[in-house]
Amino acid sequence: MLVLDGVTKLYGGQPGVRDVSLTAPRGGRTVVVGPSGSGKTTLLRLIAGFENLDAGSLTLSHRSLCKAGQSVPPHRRNIAYVAQEGALFPHMSIGENIGFAVPKSDAGRSARIGELLERVGLPPEMIARRPHELSGGQQQRVALARALAQKPDLMLLDEPFSALDTGLREAMRDMVGDLLAEAGITTILVTHDQAEALAFADHLVVMRAGSVADAGPPQRLYAQPADVETARFLGEAIVVTGALENGVAHTPLGMIAVNHPDQGRAEILVRPEHIVLGPDGAKGVITHRAYRGAQWRLEIKPDADVPSIIVDVPATVEHQPGDVVFLQVAGKGHVFA
Amino acid sequence: MADGPRRRLRWRPAHPVVTAFAVLTGALCLLPLMFVVYIAATSGWQVIADLVLRPKVGALLLNTFALLGLVLPLSVALGLGLAWLIERTDLPFARFWSWLVVAPLALPAFVHSYAWSAFMPRFHGLGAAVLVSILAYLPFVYLPIAAQLRRLDPALEEMAQSMGKPPHLVFLQVVLPQLRLAIMGGALLIGLHLMAEYGLFVLTRFDTFATVIVDQFQSAYSGPSANLLGGVLVLLCLMLLGLETGLRGEERYARVGGGAARGRMVQALGKWRWIVLIVPAGLAALSLGVPILTLGRWLWAGGAEIWQFEFILPALSQTAVLALSGALLTTLAAIPMAWLAVRAPSKVQRWLEGSHTYVGALPGVIIALALVTITVQVALPLYQTVATLLFAYVLMFMPRALVGLRTSIAQAPVELERAAASLGRKPLAAVWHTTIRLAAPGAAASAALVALGITTELTATLMLAPNGTRTLAMRFWSYTSELDFASAAPYAVLMILFSCPLVILLQLQADRPERG
Ligand SMILES: Nc1ncnc2c1ncn2[C@@H]1O[C@H](COP(=O)(O)OP(=O)(O)OP(=O)(O)O)[C@@H](O)[C@H]1O
Ligand SMILES: [Mg+2]
Repeated sequence: MLVLDGVTKLYGGQPGVRDVSLTAPRGGRTVVVGPSGSGKTTLLRLIAGFENLDAGSLTLSHRSLCKAGQSVPPHRRNIAYVAQEGALFPHMSIGENIGFAVPKSDAGRSARIGELLERVGLPPEMIARRPHELSGGQQQRVALARALAQKPDLMLLDEPFSALDTGLREAMRDMVGDLLAEAGITTILVTHDQAEALAFADHLVVMRAGSVADAGPPQRLYAQPADVETARFLGEAIVVTGALENGVAHTPLGMIAVNHPDQGRAEILVRPEHIVLGPDGAKGVITHRAYRGAQWRLEIKPDADVPSIIVDVPATVEHQPGDVVFLQVAGKGHVFA
Repeated sequence: MADGPRRRLRWRPAHPVVTAFAVLTGALCLLPLMFVVYIAATSGWQVIADLVLRPKVGALLLNTFALLGLVLPLSVALGLGLAWLIERTDLPFARFWSWLVVAPLALPAFVHSYAWSAFMPRFHGLGAAVLVSILAYLPFVYLPIAAQLRRLDPALEEMAQSMGKPPHLVFLQVVLPQLRLAIMGGALLIGLHLMAEYGLFVLTRFDTFATVIVDQFQSAYSGPSANLLGGVLVLLCLMLLGLETGLRGEERYARVGGGAARGRMVQALGKWRWIVLIVPAGLAALSLGVPILTLGRWLWAGGAEIWQFEFILPALSQTAVLALSGALLTTLAAIPMAWLAVRAPSKVQRWLEGSHTYVGALPGVIIALALVTITVQVALPLYQTVATLLFAYVLMFMPRALVGLRTSIAQAPVELERAAASLGRKPLAAVWHTTIRLAAPGAAASAALVALGITTELTATLMLAPNGTRTLAMRFWSYTSELDFASAAPYAVLMILFSCPLVILLQLQADRPERG
C-alpha cells in the first residue's frame, strides 16, 4: 500500500503538486487522470524519488520513503517506472535491457528474459536487436518487460500507451492489466485520457492544477463527482440549476429524481445517456447531428434557458436538424453539494 | 542552356564541373600519401632496413608509445572527471571553470612548453612532455565529453536508478558507454596532435618522430632518412586512426524517442563541494597560471626594450597576409567538395570526401616533406616559395574548412538554387548567387578558424617558408631557441590574443546539438 500525505512540490514558487494525499491500495490499480500540466508526471517522479518533496510524506508498505529531509534514494525503493517514451538504453540489446535489473549471477536469468519477452508478445528473435530497430509500440512493450523483470513493489506507468494507435492501445492496456494482476503488483497509471482511466482503474484520482479534485471508485466519480469540472472531465455532462424538494429537483428539463434530502436551489448533473426523447417533456430543437455508426449524436437546444445538450440516439431512429423533440430524464440526477 | 525557356526550367545541378574541381582538390590532397608510397617503393628494401631498423628508430617508437600511453589515459580520466564535476554536480562556479578548462587552447602548444621551460628550466624529458601535453591538449577531450554529458537523456539515468542501480553503477553501465564516441574522438585528436607536434617536444627535450625529422631536415637535408622516418610516422598516424575506427565499430547510440527532457538532478557534493575545487583550480594554475606568470615576468623584466616594433610589425603583417590568403584559398578549394557533400551525397562522393579529410590527420612535417621533395624533383621553381607554403596550409586545414562549409551550405535551401536557375541564371552562377552567398557567414567563420590555425602553425612554416620569411611563430621560435625568453614574450602575447576567438568559438560550438 502506498500512502501520500500532504505531498507538495514547488517549482520556483509555482506549485507543481500541491498538498496531495492519496492511498493506492495494495495490489490495486490506481489511475491518476487530469488535464495537461496538472502535475501527474510530477507526482509519479516524486513517488519514484527522482525529485524531492518540499512538504508531506510518502510511505510504501509502512516504510517511510520521504519525510522532512530524509529521502530514500530511487535505487533503494524498488519502484519501477515506465516513462512515456520507454527510455530504453540505446547501447544495450533488447535482452540486456530487460535483464538490466536482474543480477548476472541469477541462475534463471536468461530463461526469465525470454519468458518476459514472450509475455509482452514479442518474438524471441528480437532479443538480440537494438532499441532503435524496434517500432514505438514494441519499445513500449520492452520497457514494460524490463519493469516487470525488476519484480517491483510498485509499478508507475506514465502515459505508457499514448504513443500507440487506438487499437493497439486497448490491447496493450488489457495485456498490462492482466500481467500486473497476475503478479499482484500495486500499480499507478497516469493518463490524460478519461476513457482509459475509467477502463483501467479500481481507484481513480482526478487531478487539477496540482491538487486532487476527487478520488474514489471510478463508478462513483462518474456518477457522483465532487464538482462540475470533474463531471465534465470524465464525460459529457449536462448541468442544470433547479429547486430541490422532497427528493425531486424542479429544473428547466423537468422534474429529476435526486438522492438528496436538502431543500433549496442546487446544480444538478445529468449524463446524456439518462436523457430519452419521448412524446412529452421539455421541448427542444435539434440544431446539429453527427453520424457515429451505431448512434446519431444530436445537439439539442432546449426552449428553456439552458445551454445546448448532447444526446446519443440509436442510428435506426431518423432525426433531422430542425425537428422538435421532447426531453425526459430517466434515472437519478446528481446534486453537487 | 541557350535553347529556350523549357530547357532552362528542367535545370540539373552542375555536377560535371563541380565534381571535376572536387576530384582535382581531392587528388592534390592525396599528394602526401602518394609521396610516402613513392618513397617506400623507390627506396629498396636494403635502404629501408638500414634506415628504419635502427636502435634510434626503436627509441623513437618507444618514446611515442610512452607518450601516447601516458597522455591519452590521463587526459581522458582528467577530462571525464572535470566534465562530470562541471556538468553533473553542484560544484561552485561551474560555468566559470568550464571556460577555464577550455582557455588553454588559446596558447599554442609550444607557448605552453616555453612557459614551462622558463618556469622550471630543469624540468624536461618524458615527465615534462607528458605534463605539458596534457595541459595543452586537455580541452580536445574535455569539450566533446562535456557536450555529450549535457545531451544525454536524463530519463535513462533515472530509469537505471529506479531499477536498483546505485549512482556509481549508473555511471559505469549507462553514462560511460554513451560517452564512448566522445572519449575516443577526443583521444584520437590528442593522439594526432602528439604525433604532429614539434615545438612542444623540442623545448621539453623529448625526442619524437616529428622533432627528429625536422632536425634531420634542417641540419644537412639528409633526405632519405627524414623521408623514411616520415613514412613510419604516417604509419603510426594511420594505425591510430584505424584503432579508433575499430574500437568505435558500427555502434549507434541514437537517442530513442525524444521525450521532453526535464532538468536533471545534480549530484550534491556535500562536504566535498569546496574541497574538490582543488581539481579545476589546480589545473587552471598549471595550464593558465604558469604561462601567465612566466609571460608576465618576462614582459616586466623586458620592459619597453622587447617591443621592437621594427621586427614585430613586419612579422605581424607577414603573418596576417599568410593567414588571410591561406584561409581564403583553403575555403575556395573546399567549396566544390562541401557543395557536393551536401547536395549530391553518394558513395563516390564519400570516398572523395575521405581523400580531403584524411590529410587533416597527417602531421605538418609530412606535408612539408612531401612538398619539399615534390618541388625539388619536379617543380624546382616552386621550391621554397610562398605558393608552396600556402599549398601546404590548404592541405593541412582543408578538413577544418570543409566541416564549417558543409554545415552552412546545408542550411541554405536548395530551392533557391532552383529558383535562380529557373530565372535564367547559368547553374554555376545560380549556385554562386544563392547558396554560396547564404553560406558566406558560416564560411567566414570557418575561414577564420583556418586563419587562426595558420597564425600559430610552426612546423610546416619553418620547413617551407622562403628565406626571409619571419612570421610571429617563427620569430617566437627563433628567440626561444636562443633562450631569449624575454624577446619572445611579445610574440607569444600576440599569438594568444589572436587565438582567443578560437576558444570562444569552440566553447559555443560544443553547446550546439549534433547534426544527424
Ligand atoms: N522541472 C520543472 N521545472 C519547472 N516547472 C515544472 C517542472 N516540471 C514540471 N513543471 C510544472 O509543473 C506543472 C505540472 O507538470 P507535469 O509535468 O507534472 O504535468 P502533467 O500532468 O504530467 O502534464 P502532461 O499531461 O502534459 O504530461 C506544470 O505546470 C509544469 O510546467
Ligand atoms: Mg506528464
